[in-house]
Amino acid sequence: MNGNHDAFTLGPLETGPACCVPHPLIQVRNLSLQYDGKTALDTITLDIYQGCITALIGPSGCGKTSFLSTINRLTDLIPRCNVTGQILVGGQDIRHPNCDVQTLRRRIGMVFQKPVPFPLSIRRNLSLPLNEHGVTRKNEVAAIIEQVLRDVGLWNEVHDRLDASALSLSGGQQQRLCIARALALNPEILLMDEPCSALDPMASGVVEDLICRLQGRYTIVIVTHNLAQARRIANYAAFFWVRERAGQLVEFGRSQQIFESPRHELTAAYVNGSRG
Amino acid sequence: MQADRLLVWVLRGGATLTALVMLLILVFLLFESWPALTGLSLIRFVTDAAWHPLEGAYHLMPMLLATLLASSGALMLAVPLGLASAVFIVFFASPRLAAVYKRLIELLAGIPSVVFGFWGLTTLAPLINEWHPPGASLLAAVLVLTLMVLPMITLTAYTAFVAVPDALLRNAAALGLSRWGMIVGVALPAARNGIIAGIILAAARALGETMAVLMVAGNVVQYPESIFDPVRTLAANIALEMAYAMDDHRAVLFVSGLLLMALVMVLSVLAGLFERHRHA
Amino acid sequence: MPEIIIPVSVRQKIRDFSLQGLMYLAVLLVSAVFVWLLADLVQGGMAHLSWTFLTESPRDAGRSGGIASILVSTLLILLIALIAAIPLAWATAVLLAEFVPIDSRFGRIVRFSLYVLAGVPSIVFGLFGNAFFSIYLGFGFSILSGGLTLACMLLPILTSTAEAGMRAVPDAYRLSAAALGMTRTAALIHLIFPAAAPALAAGLLIGIGRALAETAALLFTSGYVDRMPDSLLDSGRALALHIFDLSMNVPGGDMPAYAAALVLVSLLLGINSLAMMFAHGLQRRRILT
Repeated sequence: MNGNHDAFTLGPLETGPACCVPHPLIQVRNLSLQYDGKTALDTITLDIYQGCITALIGPSGCGKTSFLSTINRLTDLIPRCNVTGQILVGGQDIRHPNCDVQTLRRRIGMVFQKPVPFPLSIRRNLSLPLNEHGVTRKNEVAAIIEQVLRDVGLWNEVHDRLDASALSLSGGQQQRLCIARALALNPEILLMDEPCSALDPMASGVVEDLICRLQGRYTIVIVTHNLAQARRIANYAAFFWVRERAGQLVEFGRSQQIFESPRHELTAAYVNGSRG
Repeated sequence: MQADRLLVWVLRGGATLTALVMLLILVFLLFESWPALTGLSLIRFVTDAAWHPLEGAYHLMPMLLATLLASSGALMLAVPLGLASAVFIVFFASPRLAAVYKRLIELLAGIPSVVFGFWGLTTLAPLINEWHPPGASLLAAVLVLTLMVLPMITLTAYTAFVAVPDALLRNAAALGLSRWGMIVGVALPAARNGIIAGIILAAARALGETMAVLMVAGNVVQYPESIFDPVRTLAANIALEMAYAMDDHRAVLFVSGLLLMALVMVLSVLAGLFERHRHA
Repeated sequence: MPEIIIPVSVRQKIRDFSLQGLMYLAVLLVSAVFVWLLADLVQGGMAHLSWTFLTESPRDAGRSGGIASILVSTLLILLIALIAAIPLAWATAVLLAEFVPIDSRFGRIVRFSLYVLAGVPSIVFGLFGNAFFSIYLGFGFSILSGGLTLACMLLPILTSTAEAGMRAVPDAYRLSAAALGMTRTAALIHLIFPAAAPALAAGLLIGIGRALAETAALLFTSGYVDRMPDSLLDSGRALALHIFDLSMNVPGGDMPAYAAALVLVSLLLGINSLAMMFAHGLQRRRILT
């Protein structure tokens, strides 16, 4: 499972990277979601392209985070949450009863707004999910830990204190650890729910650079309120809007097009900062 | 997923068993009381001449009265003392003193009822005896019960006071209320439901208390004429007579247990209602 | 306190002054009585307490000898109670905290039943234990009957402390673990139980304290026999019951009763302090994270 890690050289984001291919990896069809009978997402249809960074933008409460949680079926954990419609990941219907949710979530990593290091050592934070997915050989685990910590640029900072509590890390380090933890499972897709918004500007910058470097290797879906950030890092952007408390997809396109020549007037107003 | 499903079934089994314990207790109390509930007319608990269970006379009233008297007496003493203690901890004591006093109350709460009874028997009752014989009396029961429920009242009142939003108190102070004006006028009403819930729970505890009362109350079945008369409570009666009770007598004891439980259940449901309103 | 510029009426001043005086009086009274009680116990107990008191079995109805067999019986009753109650209580707590929505019907029924159970007087548990364990199940007056009766009593406190402890674990851990594809069982074992461990331990200690203090429920379940128990089906006298019996039924039993009470209270205070430490440590850790 390590081979894949060496297949890409990590470097600064070039314009129009070759590794972003217009091949839909996630296909969302007529997705609706109700909490307690109240519609939170209203018939979303959207393709997420392989190896690209897709930014979900829009005002608070427009269902971006809910949308993210349906892709790895985290919505299963929410009582009285009802999802309808179809989501295909690599052609497989993830809402089919035969789809194993644990395996699905291994293929789809998720990073939350607030860093959530488990109250364990740095090493254990990374090895626990690996162990749970059957990777138990010590050498292999250690190799993956080193690899992913290098990937997120934490290795030099923490390699001599892997057994220290993960809670002793700074906010930015904690978030990078959480990204490393998701990467350790070698996912195809990374879902990121405002991964920078709980961090200070410095740490935020580091994490943003990291996300850029991950592009191509992973298919990334990122929710962000920071339009400048979305513009900097995203290949594609999806603009959500809330109508009668239900989130809807207004416009989807290449990030350049969304930000510079939006087709929909709501999009234009939002990206120009006059609404939302 | 498979493991999760298995776990949930195991857990559900455990939880169902746990919930069934309450039902089982009710069923067995009813089952054992059945001979008395059906065979004897219930009116006899009130109309029989006296409590002579071996001769089949089951007059429960003096014991019910003694139970109520002892509990209400204890509450009359413990409520003001407990409230004062809580006010002291929350509003007056320095943080250090507050911690020490609260710890003291918590320790008091941890002392078992048999030790309270023992202390009442060896220390309190002889003192009362010097003042007004025989010593083992309703008064002794009231005093011992007071000590037992006081921590409960103090700690629930403390929690209720602490939960009063600081903003309320700051506003009251800004209006120029004196500290007592603030406590009586703002904090007490705001904490009312929590405090009442605590008092009701304390009442339930006092009604059901057995050992401490058994050891100090004198255990004579009679309507007390003064607080210095010995009395016997329902719970104490069960403890005293279960060992040799047979047939109807045993069933009557279970009826009194059922009665106690009904009283306590009503009180705890009531307390629960107050508790819920506190959060509303 | 801010300075009050408007002159406060004299009546109000008198009210404040007398309320304050009464409050201090109450606090002094409570403290004094508590110190009196403790001093009494320590003074009376120390006079009779010795190493042999702990290691010898009672003779002459407890007037002489010690409490060794009593301690053994107490421990056995406690063990039975915990072995029976912990799996049930913690399973219930895990279910309530992790797997059923807070307002589901099943959860409500279980919670209500535990709430009522928590209020049942201990003498009623004694009646039930006698009727069910001793007679219906045929365990007689035995350590087993007593322990199982106590187990029923401990269910509410063990469940509610464990549930509260697990609820206090941030939801973010559960979501993160799920997002990493971990099963809920794995998240429970590796994350939630360790994080809730101090609360579980504190609840356990409180439960042990309750069990040790209990007398009325054991009167007619585990019985009075003060011999060293040979098996779990033997009757065995608990420490609290020993104190009761010595002081009520044995003329001249006051001195050993004092000593036994001192032993019991010290045990309980120790357990209580330990529980507080756990609960306190938990609080401090939560502030740090």
